[in-house]
Amino acid sequence: MNYLKKGLDKLKPKFAPGQKWHVFAPIYDAFDSFCFTTGDVTQGRTHVRDGLDLKRIMSLVVIAVFPSMIFGIYNTGHQIHLAISKGASPLDAWQTHLFSALGGSFNPSVLNDFFHGLCWFFPIYLVTFVVGGGLETLFALVRRQTINEGFLVTGTLFPLILPVTIPLWQVALGIAFGVVVGKEVFGGTGTNFMNPALVGRAFLFFAYPSNITGESIWTAAQFPDGLSGATLLHNAHENAQSFTFGSDWWNAFFGQMGGAIGETSAFLCLLGGLFLLLTQIISWRIVLGIAIGTTLTATLLNLCPDSSNPMFSLPFYWHMVLGGWAFGCFFMATDPVTSAMSLRGKWIYGLLLGALIVTLRVFNPAYPEGVMLAILFMNMLAPLIDHMVIAAHIRRRTARDAH
Amino acid sequence: MNLNPFTDPLVDNNPISKQILGICSALAVTTKLETAVVMGIAVAAVTAMSNLTVSLLRHRIPQSIRIIIELTVIASLVIVADQFLKAYFFNISKQLSVYVGLIITNCIVMGRAEAYALKNPPWPSFLDGLGNGAGYGLVLIVIGAFRELLGSGKLFNFEVLRLQTEGGWYAGNGLLQLAPGAFFLLAALIWILRTLKPEQQEPGR
Repeated sequence: MNYLKKGLDKLKPKFAPGQKWHVFAPIYDAFDSFCFTTGDVTQGRTHVRDGLDLKRIMSLVVIAVFPSMIFGIYNTGHQIHLAISKGASPLDAWQTHLFSALGGSFNPSVLNDFFHGLCWFFPIYLVTFVVGGGLETLFALVRRQTINEGFLVTGTLFPLILPVTIPLWQVALGIAFGVVVGKEVFGGTGTNFMNPALVGRAFLFFAYPSNITGESIWTAAQFPDGLSGATLLHNAHENAQSFTFGSDWWNAFFGQMGGAIGETSAFLCLLGGLFLLLTQIISWRIVLGIAIGTTLTATLLNLCPDSSNPMFSLPFYWHMVLGGWAFGCFFMATDPVTSAMSLRGKWIYGLLLGALIVTLRVFNPAYPEGVMLAILFMNMLAPLIDHMVIAAHIRRRTARDAH
Repeated sequence: MNLNPFTDPLVDNNPISKQILGICSALAVTTKLETAVVMGIAVAAVTAMSNLTVSLLRHRIPQSIRIIIELTVIASLVIVADQFLKAYFFNISKQLSVYVGLIITNCIVMGRAEAYALKNPPWPSFLDGLGNGAGYGLVLIVIGAFRELLGSGKLFNFEVLRLQTEGGWYAGNGLLQLAPGAFFLLAALIWILRTLKPEQQEPGR
């Protein structure tokens, strides 16, 4: 450590203004502040520096998402091996060959599952960070700003909301679009109005729908006729069935099902979410608002079942464990930059978001899932909600103080 | 001969990328290069002729009803263009559907008649109309080319990149077939133009 510190300090003068490597100062700065706490002290008179800076917020979010990521890797392999044991064949892809070449076998065991999952997940993760991080660095260099930790969270979330079979060039295109159009054109971290990871996913969703929605893409295996890799949410969308509170629900709650890589386990999202709530990174008002909005809307629809649309009778506790509800609710909708800022606004934002998720899931015949579109839509409305809350507040105060 | 009225709106004062006019039809007719080209020519013809006519009439038009007279001129020209396309290029006219008729609502045509033709002699007015129409068409062609090539792998309906659905290697980008895709392309084009030509940027607020 000491050696590293000395080396970095020795290099520092070369990045000073006017020196040869000044253009690359943001890269030096990013690496330096990644390794060590900044030694800068405030110069002004009354400026207090909060210990909770951007770097710590971002790191805490990454820590909170970590369990979902680890389980997601395991579950990816687990679902493949489960499908194979039911009669599916492994996908003819280089990831499968890599797994075999490294000595993995298709028997379901924790180690095998995790290892196979890693062979699929790691390339996606790597591409995300190389392309997204590269663009982030490029923009920082051109704009002569410091590279901040914002991309760390976007880059961690993005791979987890993709299906495992997504082609790597699409991963690159998606994260590039998310970073550039979702964030950098608006000025970078903190000035974007939509969640960049979701913008990237939405781009892929509309550009290449067959690779990101449907029955056969959620598990990296070739299904024979009569066996389907559809997600539970997809099945709920297609066929009438009774959804009860039982062992099936607990399996879904713990994530024993197919789906986007990191989204399946509502339990681990809840765990990470509680950690973020305790550290006060995310707002409990938003989370509770979404839960109440979902519960009310789903219950209302349960009361007037429609025989042609089985989604009407899906109870709220099933809504919460299926698809991206838990992941989106804790890690995406609560993004402090793109959600509402005012306390009352957070309630409104959360309630409307919860209601919108159920509405999209039930009434949209084209796709079973609606969390991504609902969050993007509410991101767009968040500034308006804040504006109205503040305007109402001013009106109330003016009326009160008028006489 | 001064060709400035013609050359200026091609890039430097382009109606779409600089003045942000005529966006609606730029999104609607650019899924294919063919329709983009025809639409560009139609708008250029209408703008040039309406500028010429309005400029010839400019001393006779009463100030208070000038908009109605301009509209009458433009509407007649749009009907001529529409009928011409229907007579000679029926297929393309069907693809363009209402958008030829809607040239009348295109802010560029009206805007040039108001801003330029009413105050300038016929020849420069004609050039100005032609230039603005051509500038509009130029942007349409750039966007149309990207949308058709990346969206469906073709240019002028000629297969360039063979689609996966037809046994090739290229995956068509569905977003570019939708109107938002054209919006993103347009935004990127404006971004590039204003980076290359900083004088096009509006003063910062």
